[in-house]
Amino acid sequence: MEENIKEIVVGEQEDYVINMGPQHPSTHGVLRLVVTLKGEIVKNVEPHIGYIHRGIEKMCESITYPQIIHLTDRMDYLSASINNESVCLAVEKALEVDIPDRIKVIRTIFSELTRIQSHQLFWASYGMDMGGQTCFFYGLRDRERILDIFEETTGGRMLISYNCPGGLMYDIHPNFQKRVKDFIKYFRKVLPEYDAILTGNVIFTSRTKGIGHLSLEDAISYGVTGPSGRASGFSCDVRKHEPYSAYDRVKFNEVLYTEGDTFHRYLARIEEMRESMNIIEQLIDNIPEGPYAVKMKPIIKLPEGEYFQRVETSRGELDTFVISDGNKNPYRIKFRTPCFVNLGVLNHITRDFKIADLIAIAGSLDLVIPDIDR
Amino acid sequence: MGIKGMKYEEFKDNESLELLRESGTNVLLTTIDDVINWGRKSSLWPLTFATSCCGIEMMMTGAPRHDFSRFGMEVYRASPRQADVIVVAGTIVNKMAPVLKRLYDQMSEPKYVVAMGACAISGGPFFLNSYSVIKGVEHVIPVDVYVPGCPPRPEALLYGMLQLQRMIETETIHSRRERVAKNNSK
Ligand code: SF4
Repeated sequence: MEENIKEIVVGEQEDYVINMGPQHPSTHGVLRLVVTLKGEIVKNVEPHIGYIHRGIEKMCESITYPQIIHLTDRMDYLSASINNESVCLAVEKALEVDIPDRIKVIRTIFSELTRIQSHQLFWASYGMDMGGQTCFFYGLRDRERILDIFEETTGGRMLISYNCPGGLMYDIHPNFQKRVKDFIKYFRKVLPEYDAILTGNVIFTSRTKGIGHLSLEDAISYGVTGPSGRASGFSCDVRKHEPYSAYDRVKFNEVLYTEGDTFHRYLARIEEMRESMNIIEQLIDNIPEGPYAVKMKPIIKLPEGEYFQRVETSRGELDTFVISDGNKNPYRIKFRTPCFVNLGVLNHITRDFKIADLIAIAGSLDLVIPDIDR
Repeated sequence: MGIKGMKYEEFKDNESLELLRESGTNVLLTTIDDVINWGRKSSLWPLTFATSCCGIEMMMTGAPRHDFSRFGMEVYRASPRQADVIVVAGTIVNKMAPVLKRLYDQMSEPKYVVAMGACAISGGPFFLNSYSVIKGVEHVIPVDVYVPGCPPRPEALLYGMLQLQRMIETETIHSRRERVAKNNSK
């Protein structure tokens, strides 16, 4: 009997190649994965990228620095504000402008709000990938509240383009502080709900615990940053190691785990939301007085040279590298985006798991496809 | 209120209304048309298709605050065979265009296209200087409704979808056949 069954197992002899994407609901966009299977076991995952390659880096070479802000928004649209900050900081570093405290603090608050809404969306869509529709409703319900705060001050909901070289586009709305405080009070109350629905859920934990393990050595050698890297114990938080804006004056913990499996990558994001709220709470009551923007020249020209800036987006480390030849537009600009690097590890951590785990593992890396392709 | 009870100047798509006047004089057929159109417009199922930023706003439209399902559209289908309308949410680049065309071809008639966001309409922020972006999705597939914005607010997408429902209301068997023939000849 045993032997009979063995003979009819499909795919025993040869590998079976299936194509996932570019239009697939759980690749969160247009990522295409060519998966080689042996039976049900994943043997190889080959990502094909470029389905949303918009040529942003090349476009940046023909536009001015204040215009670049609007393109970086569209790179990783869930950390739009943080992307902007990185270009602004690079430009300000090159021009050696002194940024007043008020701008620094407001930028930090916006970055952290952006991080929270990004992780809320992650939670919502990851829950849905795992078959829990409720998460989608709960997560996006709370995300709307942050978008409201953004909208009141900046006029935009998602791609806010709020930072500009030399400061901010406009001053904050008079209601801003109150709304943020209200939100934090509300969100501290509902965050335990998130845990109750998903984190402690038996089905969810048994689908995510112990799969897609990424060791510390591999995380470092693949360069996996952000919550995905920190779940493996890789201390890579730029906010801690190379503080920019107002991060040097706040106290927060770097969320670190050592397990490095899918569940802890998820958990790291949930914990980061708590840390972000701590950071905002420390800053929101003492926003210093002062101007909201430094007066810059109408045409910003960077002196000849190379400039580099690291920031921590909600997915990992974003590096901006600008080469200027003294003109009003950069000679070359290069973004080291976190998702592109994190995608590289996918093949390594999904190998020898079941095809059904592929969704769980890929989802836990929290990839944003335009961030990969740019 | 039926479409014919609506004031002429209040109706946004008067060409379709004229078409309706010309062809829809048959009492029996118009009643059937009304029933078919009512069913069709009340259960528009969109395809889960999002390439970039606009897709997030599309998700927000389905989320509790804006709630697509009030208009019978909440059932997002992952397979093009089951979908009635494709909301092109996001930039379409050269590499993606054949895939989009294939998705469109796989959908069964009647099918509708909503171009959401500046990118799908004209290339948007990537209109100048970009070497890889398609300058408007109508170069690839025929579009019924355009929803401008970068990204459009959820309310804007809802309004666009309601316009699509209105458009479906004015259709007749005759005009639908013409529409299919026109789209296929492209
Ligand atoms: S129109 Fe704007 S928001 Fe929409 S996909 Fe294009 S760049 Fe993104």
